[in-house]
Amino acid sequence: MSLIQSLAQRDRVFDFMVPAESPVDVRHGPILYMEDVTVTFDGFKAINDLNLTVDDGELRCIIGPNGAGKTTMMDIITGKTRPDQGKVWFGARHNLLTMNEPEIATLGIGRKFQKPTVFEALSVFENLELAMTADKRVLPTLIARLDGPAREWIDEVLEMTGLAELRRRPAGILSHGQKQWLEIGMLLMQRPRLLLVDEPVAGMTEQEMERTAELLTGLAGKQSVVVVEHDMGFVRSIARKVTVLHQGSVLAEGSMDQVQSDPRVIEVYLGESEEAA
Amino acid sequence: MWLTQPFNERSTQLFIGVLLAAMTLVTLLHVVVPAGHPLHVNAYTVNLFGKYLSYALLAVAVDLVWGYLGILSLGHGAFFAIGGYAMGMYLMRQIGDRGTYGDPVLPDFMVFLSWESLPWYWLGFDMAWFGFLMVLLAPGALALVFGFLAFRSRVTGVYLSIITQALTFALMLAFYRNEMGFGGSDGLTDFRDILGFNLRSNETRLGLFLASGVALGASYLLCRAIVGSKLGRVCVATRDAEARTRFLGYRVERFQLFVFVVSAMLAGLAGALYVPQVGIINPSEFSPLFSIEIVLWVALGGRATLYGAVIGAILVNYAKTVFTGVMPDAWLFALGGMFVLVTVFLPKGVAGLLAYRFKRRRDESDAAPGQEVTP
Ligand SMILES: Nc1ncnc2c1ncn2[C@@H]1O[C@H](COP(=O)(O)OP(=O)(O)OP(=O)(O)O)[C@@H](O)[C@H]1O
Ligand SMILES: [Mg+2]
Repeated sequence: MSLIQSLAQRDRVFDFMVPAESPVDVRHGPILYMEDVTVTFDGFKAINDLNLTVDDGELRCIIGPNGAGKTTMMDIITGKTRPDQGKVWFGARHNLLTMNEPEIATLGIGRKFQKPTVFEALSVFENLELAMTADKRVLPTLIARLDGPAREWIDEVLEMTGLAELRRRPAGILSHGQKQWLEIGMLLMQRPRLLLVDEPVAGMTEQEMERTAELLTGLAGKQSVVVVEHDMGFVRSIARKVTVLHQGSVLAEGSMDQVQSDPRVIEVYLGESEEAA
Repeated sequence: MWLTQPFNERSTQLFIGVLLAAMTLVTLLHVVVPAGHPLHVNAYTVNLFGKYLSYALLAVAVDLVWGYLGILSLGHGAFFAIGGYAMGMYLMRQIGDRGTYGDPVLPDFMVFLSWESLPWYWLGFDMAWFGFLMVLLAPGALALVFGFLAFRSRVTGVYLSIITQALTFALMLAFYRNEMGFGGSDGLTDFRDILGFNLRSNETRLGLFLASGVALGASYLLCRAIVGSKLGRVCVATRDAEARTRFLGYRVERFQLFVFVVSAMLAGLAGALYVPQVGIINPSEFSPLFSIEIVLWVALGGRATLYGAVIGAILVNYAKTVFTGVMPDAWLFALGGMFVLVTVFLPKGVAGLLAYRFKRRRDESDAAPGQEVTP
């Protein structure tokens, strides 16, 4: 079975161009399916029998105390870390555990890291241009020109991220929040099916948080989005469904209200705040 | 077309305009104004200007890799010298039987070393097209091999600078050896003519000056086209955040290699224009110090502007001409002093002053909605 799978994926290996519609099979519901995943670092189980399903078009928030394994989970999905056991599927067709990082990225999983890195000397527009799906070999890049649809797509992402007015300014002058949006915009340029966003609002002002919430909720439906965040207020403002991670496995799942009234969740969070006190 | 894009840039229009005006002015003052008139530009000065222009082209080549790719090459003198040697080999073979020993094929130094026949790598240099092609291909090939190895192993930063110094130093030692077949420490000299024109005539000197100007202008346009293309933006992205660029799916080492090879070829072209104007090429052009000096020109003129490199090369070399005439011993101190002053007071070089004005204008036009223009 997995041999057939991997043979079927051969054609993707040398494929630099991601088609706008990636061949992800979501007819059976979930876009991301993780089953019994375990990762051990020197005997320490960072992820322990994790089960997680994300539906196509869903906006999912993952919360959990420090060290719960949230970032590690993203590392597994993007191919950066290999689990010891378990299954990770993207749609019903792609077994992510048989693919490497670039292949997974090409397939349509975009990831925003905690620390934003944009090209400061280039304009906001140019940052998006470079991130766009295109033939990225040397000579095609030399003669590349933006055609109408490409320009429109950049304009659209500029609107979505609220950076339209700053399009010609160098990215270096952007505020911290604006850089985060630009980075999300750069991910969007590749038209990902699934967006993984790690702590997007850390260090943001109230207003910037609101804008980010709008941006992420606006994406849901078109893309599937998984957000890891510590800020409860922020999570409440965007989440329809929340997953609480604790010691590498799912502790609770449901609406924000359900989760917050769950005694086990309260215990974990109270326990943590007592320790901190 | 990406190649014609620079013609729309104000700074490029201005640069080409100034260059053409300067070339015309020098030509007129040399040809039309009679000798003895205070405004007359004599052949010696025309020759000197031609030399400055070839240095300016060399500086542009260095700025292309340093300014836009972040690769501080301290070995561009090597590409310059190899281009110069390729031209020198063609010029040597043009001498024919007019040499001291009168050998119809062998250059004097080979007769002196009692060599029987031409080494294989001297074959073909009797033909101008072959020699001129080698001016570009020989430095290009060296850059290709060197760059391939360096960029593939991700050697960057100060380590790359050091191995470029090592490269030019090793080549200098090699070219000093008589057995190499490049004339040893004396190098190649006593050239007679180029394409049938006598190198000592005033007309040929003017021609070489103009050829240097044309080469500088054309190379400048080529570099602007590269820098203004999407590839140029990938280069800047690589310079500022290499890992991030790689993460976006660009094979960074291939972009670095491409630009490095183009730059080496331009440096070779500069060397080829320099050699007939000074009448000699010897291994001292490979000296590590010379390569460092080129970087100083670019730093003084202003990095990552291209025109700054031209300004820097001409200013420093003019100052050098003046100084070595008046106080030869003080030149190195003057160069060092200039460098310190500029880095302290003008961190963006002379071009930084000019760019400040451009930038203000650009910021004003930012407010106006319209077509996307890349600065
Ligand atoms: N490469 C690694 N080697 C060893 N231990 C690791 C490694 N990566 C993560 N860990 C450990 O695994 C656990 C989970 O880490 P992870 O970074 O996934 O937590 P997190 O939920 O993202 O926490 P935070 O909220 O602080 O970002 C932590 O205890 C961490 O120390
Ligand atoms: Mg984390």
